[in-house]
Amino acid sequence: MAEKVEKVKPEQMAQINHKPPLFKGWMDIPAEIKPGIFCYAGKPQNLKYIDLPNPREWSPVDEDWKLPSNWKEIILEGLRERLERFRSLKIFMDICVRCGACADKCHFFIGGGDPRNMPVLRAELLRSVYRREFTKAGKILGRFAGARDLDIQVLKEWWSYFFQCSECRRCSLFCPYGIDTAEITIIARELLNLVGLNTDWISAPAANCYRTGNHLGIQPHAYKDMIEFFLDDIEGITGIRPEPSFNRKGAEVLFITPSGDVFADPGTYTCMGYLILFHYLQNLGLDLTWSTFSSEGGNFGYFTSHEMAKRLNAKMYAEAKRLGVKWIIGGECGHMWRVLNQYMDTFNGPADFLEEPVSPITGTKFENAKTTKMIHITEFTADLIKHNKLKLDPSRNDNLKVTFHDSCNTARGMGLFEEPRYVIKNTCNHFYEMPENTIREQTFCCGSGSGLNAGENMELRLRGGLPRANAVKYVHEKHGVNMVACVCAIDRAALPTAIDYWVPGVGVTGVHELVGNALILEGEKERETNLRGEPLPGMEEEEDV
Amino acid sequence: MNFILSIVLSSTAVLILVLIPWVGVGALNLSGFFGVFLPYVALIVFFVGLVYRIVVWACSPSPFRIPTTAGQQWSLPWIKHNRIDNPKGTIGVLIRMAFEVLTFRSLFRNTKMQFLSGPKIGYEWEKWLWLAALAFHYAFLTVVIRHLRFFTEPIPFFVQMIEHLDGFIQAGIAPINGFMTPGVLISGFVLLGAVAFLTLRRILIPQVTYISLPADYFPLFLISGVAITGILMRYVLKVDIVSVKNLTLGLVTFSPKVPEGIGVLFYMHLFLVCVLLAYIPFSKLTHMAGVFLSPTRNLSNNSRFVRHINPWNYPVKVHTYEEYEEEFRDKMIEAGLPVEKEESAK
Repeated sequence: MAEKVEKVKPEQMAQINHKPPLFKGWMDIPAEIKPGIFCYAGKPQNLKYIDLPNPREWSPVDEDWKLPSNWKEIILEGLRERLERFRSLKIFMDICVRCGACADKCHFFIGGGDPRNMPVLRAELLRSVYRREFTKAGKILGRFAGARDLDIQVLKEWWSYFFQCSECRRCSLFCPYGIDTAEITIIARELLNLVGLNTDWISAPAANCYRTGNHLGIQPHAYKDMIEFFLDDIEGITGIRPEPSFNRKGAEVLFITPSGDVFADPGTYTCMGYLILFHYLQNLGLDLTWSTFSSEGGNFGYFTSHEMAKRLNAKMYAEAKRLGVKWIIGGECGHMWRVLNQYMDTFNGPADFLEEPVSPITGTKFENAKTTKMIHITEFTADLIKHNKLKLDPSRNDNLKVTFHDSCNTARGMGLFEEPRYVIKNTCNHFYEMPENTIREQTFCCGSGSGLNAGENMELRLRGGLPRANAVKYVHEKHGVNMVACVCAIDRAALPTAIDYWVPGVGVTGVHELVGNALILEGEKERETNLRGEPLPGMEEEEDV
Repeated sequence: MNFILSIVLSSTAVLILVLIPWVGVGALNLSGFFGVFLPYVALIVFFVGLVYRIVVWACSPSPFRIPTTAGQQWSLPWIKHNRIDNPKGTIGVLIRMAFEVLTFRSLFRNTKMQFLSGPKIGYEWEKWLWLAALAFHYAFLTVVIRHLRFFTEPIPFFVQMIEHLDGFIQAGIAPINGFMTPGVLISGFVLLGAVAFLTLRRILIPQVTYISLPADYFPLFLISGVAITGILMRYVLKVDIVSVKNLTLGLVTFSPKVPEGIGVLFYMHLFLVCVLLAYIPFSKLTHMAGVFLSPTRNLSNNSRFVRHINPWNYPVKVHTYEEYEEEFRDKMIEAGLPVEKEESAK
């Protein structure tokens, strides 16, 4: 299916009609569950492993979704409970005026034209039921008040469209009341999970992470092996073999990064960047360990429920405590950092067994991480560069014309804008920003966030990636940009496909891959290739010999 | 429900509302009911309803700090922190909220997507919605403040001043008031114009048409009904303004009396206002209160340095390191990874 979609020409795919039907209301148009758009259903063994309700074999294309007979009660009771738990939900259900400012802000609507992907309408899918069940007007006036009954078709529509939202929060930026569709999606997914409606691409990583410590299910010995494989590569390229440690008690710092970084290109090069940086800093006083137990920065539990997010997140502090480290550095990842910034301390704190992070090299106190005790690696590296602690040769990245893609979550759930840019500008000589309306707080999602980076929903992903890719295309044509830097593992896993489809010839890199290339290690041999094994600028001819 | 049906339904509803006092006062002479009883009821419903709504909202906690960060976080000392769009404390939040509530800052960001073949996507300047929203709300506020002259004696200075400002256009058109028309106050017309714009865009922009409910058209028609009856009263079909003030002053001093011969147009105006007031707490118009409680705007982005408590936080089942090591111990030992228990349990 995925292959079929990719054979559709971009020009064809971009024939998009953004005008919804004029004479028929959306409630009268049944939602379709379309191949290429939906993800496969969660498998029973994974659901069982993490105690999620209603584990069974089922398929979204089947008529019967094998729900519990009292599914409606469960959902409505769940909704009632969540209205009591989340003020956000109550407010967002009540105050939308449907001004439509959010309508053309969603990448899925821009790239697909499906009106149910307008954030306001996505929220209305839930709001209509809320009105019917929880407001007087909806009970009495019914459809005149925008209310409708929750029936099986509505439930299927929910499943379809709440798994077509990447929780990027771009709409919430433009909403005059700050209504956040991500929050609505998160809670709607919680509701759906109560009756066993989920996707395999989310529940499998969550179950893996619960068991092995990371989404990809990499077992401890394999994790170490994979890193060692990178060490071989680094040794080949630089002549120096870093010596990272794993699960080492008494280290000062624990490092946690998305497992995608150890698993697939181009994330692996970012991982090599981390290894090179940490090796460089070892002599300057950095005492750091990796963990195979807490070997995942990301949190696919967050795409299931708040509870599941908390259960997976708990590993970070638990492992920090067990190892007796003082503080934690987190790798480049998007939703990981939204969870760390806005949820972790509330979920699993207080981390009173840790200390306020202080860079052992520069002495900088990271006051902004006073209670979570966890800092972002670009905060750490930017501080090092600012204090002239890194010997860098940016010309090694001269073959790259780089732009920076702000990840949705670090942008709108944290505000990490300058740190990665500072690192990039100090490790590359050619940096160009994409147009203003597509970066920083207005950044576009890669189209695959929040657990949508599966293969079977490729059409959705390509469509969702269009606005981002289009902005890349602009700088590609204008400045010859050939590399998109990012600080997100899902970007690194998913964006290459979308970029390659819409703007062939542009690659994707993590920020610390650029660092790894530019950093001059003590006693290294003359490098001929970058971390990808491609000849460095000026070394191309020698390779031909 | 398509937009035509939505418009027909909501405009019919407003028309019926206009006819009710026409029959009630004009034919049945129930001026006491429409002039005294209903305004009191409407006010009570408004206040009690709105307070109730706010209490209901406030009863649910904000378990997590989820501000939408729209600017650089506070991190390293040499990186310029955006205090307003990414506030780290109360002052920043207050400024952000003030901008939000007074200037509609988020709406000001609005752009319009331009989708051209290629594909080539642009994001165009689009401030009309923001401008209309601003005009609408401020004109409405001005009108409300101006109306305080009916409920006060002597009329407070700020009311007179607002009225004076509101009448500034008079200076340009006709420095001396005409014989028949009183000074032109711009706010009523701005209000009506903004309502017309907001209604038109609901009908003309296909995406907005698609999402609009009867509950979106109804308040627009209701408010235009209020504005039109008000404007008619002021400029065209005069009512006995002295009697009106007697009535309104009676209402605020809780000694209501109903003067004779005010004219049915006034009761239409008053009735529509009563309906609007009573409608607010039960409709999307609660956004006037809700915006203050929106967690993506009224929380600071400080959850990495100030602990935030979730009142319903509960313990969850986790997979412990011991369980993990138990499963993988042999492999870990073989790979040379440190373990807690050297002896395999098997």
